[in-house]
Amino acid sequence: MKQIVKRWRMRYTSWGDMVFDVCNYSLMLVLCVVMLYPMLNTLAISLNDANDAIRGGIYLWPREFTLYNYEYVLKENTLLNALLISVLRTVLGTAISVFCTAMVAYVISRPEFVFRKFVTIAFILTMYFNGGLIPTYLLMRDLHLIGTFWVYIIPGIIGVFNLIVIRSFIEGLPNSLIESARIDGAGEFRIFLQIVLPLSLPVLATVSLFVAVYQWNSWFDVFLYNSSNPNLSTLQYELMKILQNTNATMSGKTAADAFANAHADANTVTPSSIRATMTIIASVPIILVYPFLQKYFIKGLTLGGVKGE
Amino acid sequence: MEIEKHIKTITPAPAAVESHLSKRKNIWKKIVQQKTLILMSFPFLIWLFIFKYLPLWGWTIAFQDYRPGLPFSEQEWVGWKHFRFLFQDEAFFRVLRNTLAMSIINLVLGFVTAITLAILLNELRNGKFKRIVQTISYMPHFLSWVVAASIISYALSLENGIVNIVLQKLHVIDEPILWLGVGEYFWGIIGASEVWKNLGWNTIIYLAAIAMIDPEQYEAAEIDGASRLQRIFYITLPSLKPTIVILLIMNLGNILETGFEPQYLLGNPMNLDYSENLDIFVLKYGIAMGNFALATAAGIFKTVVSFIFLFSANYIAKRLGQARLF
Repeated sequence: MKQIVKRWRMRYTSWGDMVFDVCNYSLMLVLCVVMLYPMLNTLAISLNDANDAIRGGIYLWPREFTLYNYEYVLKENTLLNALLISVLRTVLGTAISVFCTAMVAYVISRPEFVFRKFVTIAFILTMYFNGGLIPTYLLMRDLHLIGTFWVYIIPGIIGVFNLIVIRSFIEGLPNSLIESARIDGAGEFRIFLQIVLPLSLPVLATVSLFVAVYQWNSWFDVFLYNSSNPNLSTLQYELMKILQNTNATMSGKTAADAFANAHADANTVTPSSIRATMTIIASVPIILVYPFLQKYFIKGLTLGGVKGE
Repeated sequence: MEIEKHIKTITPAPAAVESHLSKRKNIWKKIVQQKTLILMSFPFLIWLFIFKYLPLWGWTIAFQDYRPGLPFSEQEWVGWKHFRFLFQDEAFFRVLRNTLAMSIINLVLGFVTAITLAILLNELRNGKFKRIVQTISYMPHFLSWVVAASIISYALSLENGIVNIVLQKLHVIDEPILWLGVGEYFWGIIGASEVWKNLGWNTIIYLAAIAMIDPEQYEAAEIDGASRLQRIFYITLPSLKPTIVILLIMNLGNILETGFEPQYLLGNPMNLDYSENLDIFVLKYGIAMGNFALATAAGIFKTVVSFIFLFSANYIAKRLGQARLF
């Protein structure tokens, strides 16, 4: 105890200083609780027996532990299919988008490129306007993209913000590497593929995270373009439908009825437990990945913010 | 010899023509030389044109009595009819009010909380603790709005909602409240949800700006006997001013983009009068009711007003001698 007091005396020059720190640290702890609690609570409910959970009183720990909710969700064909589509669009969408965005970023980072200004401005301009919901919808219809899987991928191939972030990074690479490869006779595409891409891994990690999160979290394009095609539904969209059911009826009991009509087996699962379980499944992949990329996305975000042009 | 010389002096033109020609030739040569670069970027230029510029053509719908299926030449042009209808529609003004109110609440709350948190994080002396707090505070940003709405509506629910439980334990309220069932609470709920979701994320750019401040300034202030709070108010905050101004301009440009997802996902028939914003209005008229023309008109109104806001904010910042966007 004495030692602690001594250490504190050494660290703080004034009472005000100490009070400030005590308040600051407590406030940060409260903040962490507010950020984490809803998630942990949802996890506890998803791991608790559904009928028991209705009684309430579950906070951070399940009372009657079971994995049945997960078993139920993963056995349901529509939900399993939605999970697969979610994974597929995330993997494919991210790979295609990151590769294409990086390629264009490389081209507009070449100072000698004739159309450099034209291409750059054409892309950046689109940050300041958009056609709006209806014209975009009609375009997708005219392109026959509605009702297909590709409506998730093609409209988002290149993100302008990501483009700027990658370009800024490539511009910072030592030009001598690219020049010497060119003298050795490598073509532009090979330089991009074998020199620039491997060197850009940190920024590609950042952008991949952004795109993957976007793809994984999307539900509006499913709702807008593919709501009549259950085979192309995604996890987020299925969760959204459950949520809308509960919201529309509000009071817990009628929601349970509405849900029971849609999903049989109402004795062992409840809308509340299904909601919690799907919420966890829909967020766990991201929560597991983002802390490891923290260093990169912070850098990427500041890079894009500073050099936004 | 002399004649030759003479010719040279009176006709300097060929040289100029030649250099012009060679310039053109050079461009062609360059184009041929850079054909790989062109091949690597032009497909995406076509993509850009189709997906980003072509929809602008769709704006013409707002000036027609658009009927799907008819070719463009047979559509009936009606001028400003749909815009006039919009501005006489009471529902449209309610929607506009909701959009602006939620935007302003989000803007003010978002800025104040993010700047405050960035400064408080910067004052943490324990690096490890600081990193943990940061990591945790970024988490909600990565969740989808569907997940967030699911969590929020459960936290606000009547029976087991944590908000009601805590407020009752603290004796702030006697009876649990159906938060999402009362329209008047909706703007506040959206504001709080936005803060919960994006607070940590929004601090990133401020923390980066704070990291750029010369530490000598703090050392000098400490020697001069400035307290913690004085250092915050006289060094940190003023140094953040350019960043704040730029972000403010960018956000003013998005003043009508309150977002669509939180309002749509947390909205229900009971709070409709307060939750419906411009985007939901467009969706309702356009997709659900099939009135493409009216919905497009509302969309155009939104884009044009956003543009005006963005440019005015930028202009004002320029006049005030502040950092600006472009």
